[in-house]
Amino acid sequence: MLARTPSHSPGPMARAFHRFGHNKAALFGVCIILPMLAMILSYPLWWTFKPNDIDLLAMNSGPTATHWFGTDGVGRDVFVRVLEGGRISLLVAVASTIISAIIGFLVGAISALAGRWADAVTMRFVDLVMTLPPVIFLLVLASIAGTGIGPTVLVISLLSWPLLSRMIRSRLLELRERDFVLASRGMGAGLGHLLFRHGLPNSIDILVVYATLQIANAILLEAGLSFLGLGIAPPAASWGNMLNAARSTAVLEQFPWQWLFPGGALVLAVLAINFIGDGLRDAFDPRAELN
Amino acid sequence: MSAAPFLTVRDLAKHYVSRGTKLNILEGISFDIAKGEVVGLVGESGSGKTTIGRSVLRLVEPSSGSVEFDGTELTTLSAAQMRRTRPRMQYIFQDPFASLSPRMTIGEILTEGLKIQGIGTRKERMDRARNALVQVDLPAEAVNRYAHEFSGGQRQRIGIARALTLAPEFIVADEPVSALDVSIQAQVINLLRDLQQRLGLTMLFISHDLAVVEYICDRVIVLYLGRIMEIASSADLYARPQHPYTRALLSAIPSPDPDAPRNRQILKGDIPSPANPPSGCVFRTRCPVALEACAHTIPELREVSPGQFKACIRDDLN
Repeated sequence: MLARTPSHSPGPMARAFHRFGHNKAALFGVCIILPMLAMILSYPLWWTFKPNDIDLLAMNSGPTATHWFGTDGVGRDVFVRVLEGGRISLLVAVASTIISAIIGFLVGAISALAGRWADAVTMRFVDLVMTLPPVIFLLVLASIAGTGIGPTVLVISLLSWPLLSRMIRSRLLELRERDFVLASRGMGAGLGHLLFRHGLPNSIDILVVYATLQIANAILLEAGLSFLGLGIAPPAASWGNMLNAARSTAVLEQFPWQWLFPGGALVLAVLAINFIGDGLRDAFDPRAELN
Repeated sequence: MSAAPFLTVRDLAKHYVSRGTKLNILEGISFDIAKGEVVGLVGESGSGKTTIGRSVLRLVEPSSGSVEFDGTELTTLSAAQMRRTRPRMQYIFQDPFASLSPRMTIGEILTEGLKIQGIGTRKERMDRARNALVQVDLPAEAVNRYAHEFSGGQRQRIGIARALTLAPEFIVADEPVSALDVSIQAQVINLLRDLQQRLGLTMLFISHDLAVVEYICDRVIVLYLGRIMEIASSADLYARPQHPYTRALLSAIPSPDPDAPRNRQILKGDIPSPANPPSGCVFRTRCPVALEACAHTIPELREVSPGQFKACIRDDLN
C-alpha cells in the first residue's frame, strides 16, 4: 500500500526549516547575528580590557590599535563595553521574551480551552493591559521596580505578553473545533493534554516568530529604558545607557565613536533579528505548504 | 432484538440558540442498540445525524434526554467518570484529512489514547499501535511517518486503527467512507465489517448512502430534520418501507441495471430550516401523500409490524 510513498518524507518542522534555508534575507540575518553572538560571549578570552577598566592615559581617545573603538570620558574601552553591553542587552531581551512567551501562551491557551467564563475574564484582563499607554506604563513600572537586570526584565515581560496571548487564543479557538482535537477529547484528554500535545505543537510557528521579533523589540525597549535612566544603571554597560552617557553635544560632535559603535551594534542586531523573524514567519506560513 | 439493550437513548434533544432564534437540531430521539448490533443512521445533510452520534458519546452535550450505556447513565457522569468510560466508546470521523493531527507521527496518533488513559509503558503502547496498524492492513513501519504521507483511504484506516487502540465495545462511525473514492469505499467498508464481526463491536453507522447501510447494518434509523421517521431491520426497511420519506429515499438509490424500471419519486424543495420547522409532521411540506391533518398532529413513532416503527399518521397506504 505504501508503494506510492517510497521515501520517508520529512515532517512539518523539517519542511519549514528547509524553506527558511532558501530565504536570503533571513540567512543574511543569521550571518550577522551568529558572529556577533560569538564575539559577545567569548570576549573575555581574547580581549585585554575589562568593561570597567580605566585607562587614565587615554581619555576620550579615538580608535587606535590598543582601543579599537576608542575610549570614553573616563578612559574605559568602548569596544569591550559594546560587547559587555550586548551581553546585558541580549540577556535582558532573551529572558524577558521567554517570560512573556510563557505568560502569553498560558493566558491565551486557558482563555481558548478552559471554557467561556475563563475566556471572558482573561480576555477582559488582556484588554485592560492593552489599553494602558505603553510608554507611561513602562515608566511607572520601572520607577516602582527600580533599576538593574531583574527589574528591567520584569518590566519588559509584563508589557509584552498580551499581544501573544491574543494570537494564541485565536489559533487555539480554531484548533479546538478540529476533528483530531475532538478525537483526543473522545479518548478522554484533559486540559493539560490538549494544551501541550495539541495546543503547543500547533502554535509553535506563532511562538517562534513572536520570540524573534520580541527579542528585537525588547533590545529596543531596554535601550530606551536605560537611555531614560530607568533600565540598566551605570557603571554596568548596556547599549542603551552607553548612548545615554554619550548624549551631550560635545560628545556627539567631538567623540562620535562613543555613540556610533553602541548605536551601530544596536541597529545591526535588531535588523538581523528582524530579518530572521520575517524569514521564520514566511517559513511557517501555511500557504507555503501548497508549493 | 434482545433482552437488555447495550445503548438506550431516550428523548434526546439538542437545541442551539443562534442570535435569538432557537434551533431544534434534534427532538425526541429514542432508540436502542443491542450488543453486537450494527445500527444505521440515515438522513439528508442537516438532518442531525452527526449531532446524534456526537451527543451519544457526549462530544456534544445534549440539551435534554438520557443516554444509557451498558447500564450507566452517561449524561449525568462527572468529567472524571466520563473520562474513565471513554475508552469503551470511540468515534470514527468522516474527513480523513481533518481527523489526524498534521504535527504528529502515526505512532504518536495511535498511542495518544493509551497515553491519556495511562495504559502500558511506552514500548507496550508502541506495540499496540503496530498491532492496530496490522489490523487495518497497513504496515507496522508506518508508525514513524506523518499523516500527509498517506492517501485518503489509508488515512481513514489509520483513523479506524486509532479508534481500536483503546479496545472499545461501541463505535460511532460517522460517514466513514463518504469522503473516499468509490473504489476505496468498498475496501474500508469491508474492513469495518470484518473488524465488527471479529471483535464483536456494537456500532452506530452514520451514512447517507443507503446501499452501504443495507450492506453493513442490521437495523436502520431514518432521520429527517432531527426527528426519527422510521426504524426497521434492514431486511424490512428495504423490502417494505412504511414511511413515505423512506420510500422516496429508497426510490433514489441508483440501480446498476439499466433496464430496471424507474419510478423515482422526486422530493420537491429542500429540507426546511430547523429554525422554523413545519407544524405537525416535519416532513409534510415535501410529503407526496400529506393530508390536512398532518399539519396539526405530531406523529408518534409506533410499531406497525414486529420490529418496525414509523412516525406517520397514514396507515391507509400500500
